[in-house]
Amino acid sequence: MAAKKSASQPNVSAEELKTYYREMLLIRRFEEKAGQLYGMGLIGGFCHLYIGQEAVVVGLEAASEEGDKRITSYRDHGHMLACGMDPNGVMAELTGREGGYSKGKGGSMHMFSKEKHFYGGHGIVAAQVPLGAGLAFADKYLENGRVTFTYFGDGAANQGQVYETFNMAALWKLPVIFVIENNQYAMGTSQVRSTSSPDIYTRGAAFGIPGEAVDGMSVLAVKEAGEKAVAHCRSGKGPYILEVKTYRYRGHSMSDPAKYRTREEVQKMREERDPIENIRSMLLTGGHATEDDLKAIDKEIKEVVNASAEFAKVSPEPALEELWTDIYA
Amino acid sequence: MAIEILMPALSPTMEEGKLAKWLVKEGDTVASGDVIAEIETDKATMEFEAVDEGVVGKILIAEGTENVKVNTAIAIMVEDGESADAMPAAAAPTESAPVTAAPAVVAAAAPVAPKVDTTPDWPEGTEIKQQTVREALRDAMAEEMRRDSTVYLMGEEVAEYQGAYKISQGLLDEFGAKRIIDTPITEHGFAGIATGSAFAGLRPIVEFMTFNFAMQAIDHIINSAAKTLYMSGGQMGAPMVFRGPNGAAARVGAQHSQDYAAWYAQIPGLKVVMPYSASDAKGLLKTAIRDNNPVIFLENEILYGRSFDVPVMDDFTVPFGKARIWREGSDVTIVSFGIGMTYALEAADKLAADGISAEVIDLRTLRPIDYDTVIASVMKTNRCVTVEEGFPVASIGNHLSAVIMERAFDYLDAPVLNCTGKDVPMPYAANLEKHALITTDEVVATVKKVTYR
Repeated sequence: MAAKKSASQPNVSAEELKTYYREMLLIRRFEEKAGQLYGMGLIGGFCHLYIGQEAVVVGLEAASEEGDKRITSYRDHGHMLACGMDPNGVMAELTGREGGYSKGKGGSMHMFSKEKHFYGGHGIVAAQVPLGAGLAFADKYLENGRVTFTYFGDGAANQGQVYETFNMAALWKLPVIFVIENNQYAMGTSQVRSTSSPDIYTRGAAFGIPGEAVDGMSVLAVKEAGEKAVAHCRSGKGPYILEVKTYRYRGHSMSDPAKYRTREEVQKMREERDPIENIRSMLLTGGHATEDDLKAIDKEIKEVVNASAEFAKVSPEPALEELWTDIYA
Repeated sequence: MAIEILMPALSPTMEEGKLAKWLVKEGDTVASGDVIAEIETDKATMEFEAVDEGVVGKILIAEGTENVKVNTAIAIMVEDGESADAMPAAAAPTESAPVTAAPAVVAAAAPVAPKVDTTPDWPEGTEIKQQTVREALRDAMAEEMRRDSTVYLMGEEVAEYQGAYKISQGLLDEFGAKRIIDTPITEHGFAGIATGSAFAGLRPIVEFMTFNFAMQAIDHIINSAAKTLYMSGGQMGAPMVFRGPNGAAARVGAQHSQDYAAWYAQIPGLKVVMPYSASDAKGLLKTAIRDNNPVIFLENEILYGRSFDVPVMDDFTVPFGKARIWREGSDVTIVSFGIGMTYALEAADKLAADGISAEVIDLRTLRPIDYDTVIASVMKTNRCVTVEEGFPVASIGNHLSAVIMERAFDYLDAPVLNCTGKDVPMPYAANLEKHALITTDEVVATVKKVTYR
């Protein structure tokens, strides 16, 4: 990982650290549960887990303000939980039930929340990039001071529409933060085998868009970089690129045997760089929390996740009439 | 508490698999995330990780066992010191609830002529002026932009150049660069940006210099704009218009001469409009801009300069899904839309001279389609010819033929015939191009076939 080191002594309170710990842990436990429900056949189709990448969304959400927008790809469960969407509604969408955010009609890859300004959940790699710039276009048009976080992966970064969007976003000074979640693998193809230069953030330079690499395994580093990007966008200076170097522990989707990398590589990352363990040890060594405090958080999260799984099982399948609704407004 | 470990589904299609290898044995302590077994699915050999921490109490399915059904208990995990025997016998895999049958296809409507809305597009006595399709389109956009500040126009050369085909002439002067926006030549990108802005409450009009170039943007038109309302369970959609010239112009070759009517008409979530006259261009474009859904608005370069009657009204709109009967007749129904109407109406004139009375219907919108007006007419004339410029395979005419067969089979005195463009890429040579398109004479000849003259 060639990412920049985080700020040497971040000025962060114990409460903040605990909040990040709780939010990242919620995503991790939720995703583990989703994997389990997939294994039981309760979740169908494609299911892309976010395990390992938790610090990215939690750090950036900490840098956002109420009313800011976010949009991402099909690996979207973490983003929804981080922006405050209800775990019950997310899990019930995964199981295709009436109580899901899209009434069961969207699935793992297609969820939205107008209330939380979450604009999906898009299944075509990189389609969310111009869509995200379009959200920012609307904010600029309406002069409402909002910014949009547009997330995409290192794989999507090779799609042509990303550069069409960079050009227009820079030309029109759109308040959009392009967050490249570089987890190093585009499905099964490593970055080395697919991407001509190692630092994707430098590609913005051709359009005059500033960018930087960020240690995506450190929630504090992500938050700090996010605040800088937000300030840039909100002040009317146009787009900003954050290439967040992260890592996904699981396969691309549930049906990926992940033979393109070694077990040792994954294990090393989990043991040495895990974003949740990182905060956990900060809390303990800094004397901000005791083992018992953290156990209480673990228990609380487990209950939330178990409740979401229970809800997702008992929520009924959508009524057959739903087949024919929401086609036209 | 003892927990059963169930045979996991590890791909979207997996129903059973081979428990290839156990990587743990009874009595081993495992942590969440440890690989405990290898399982062969229909696609690959997958590593199976433990979800919970604990001790492997009992292995229920030996390694090497094939055809293990998903959700069969394969092992029992216990807490340290607990016995696996406390666990009740492994339950059989739970059967998923039977899939509810899809609703039966609606029974064919009784073959009675449907009631048709025949109210005229504008009240009798309304002042009429002559206006070109080009001017009508511009007026429609200008009127809607005055009404609603969230409406904006985006596209190549729409602002300073005043429109590649001069449709947006004068709009930059009136509305300024914030709302009349020149884009780089980047259809995929700006179609996506416009769609995103529609999710967030704006009402974009996207002009494609021609619909041939919209092929670069078709993913956003279909996957992003048309499907989001459904995928979001009704929470958000894309109220917007994609418009521009469609179909053949003159001598511009294969890549610039294609009619996309049937392509877009296939997509649920889109509305598709293809006007012929200036009044329809105006009234339908105003309706399209106000519609809360993505609308494909297919214009025609050859029609831009043609003049038609347009009512002088403060707010003239034409509803979607209402065909217009241009000419009443009794011997045959000719159904067309867009520039096809040129051939249909010319043919009707020629046929009248031969004593054949043709009823000519302009569909005007292709999604929704006004089936009732077509069916009622066919029940009266008992014959039908469709006319369109697009390719013959899976054409709008093919679809209408099927609907007429379903709803008015007993009324037909001849097969429904489709006049379409030829099944070839558009050639450049003048004589070949003419031959590739439909002609009035072909329509006349086709009508004579179904009327047995």
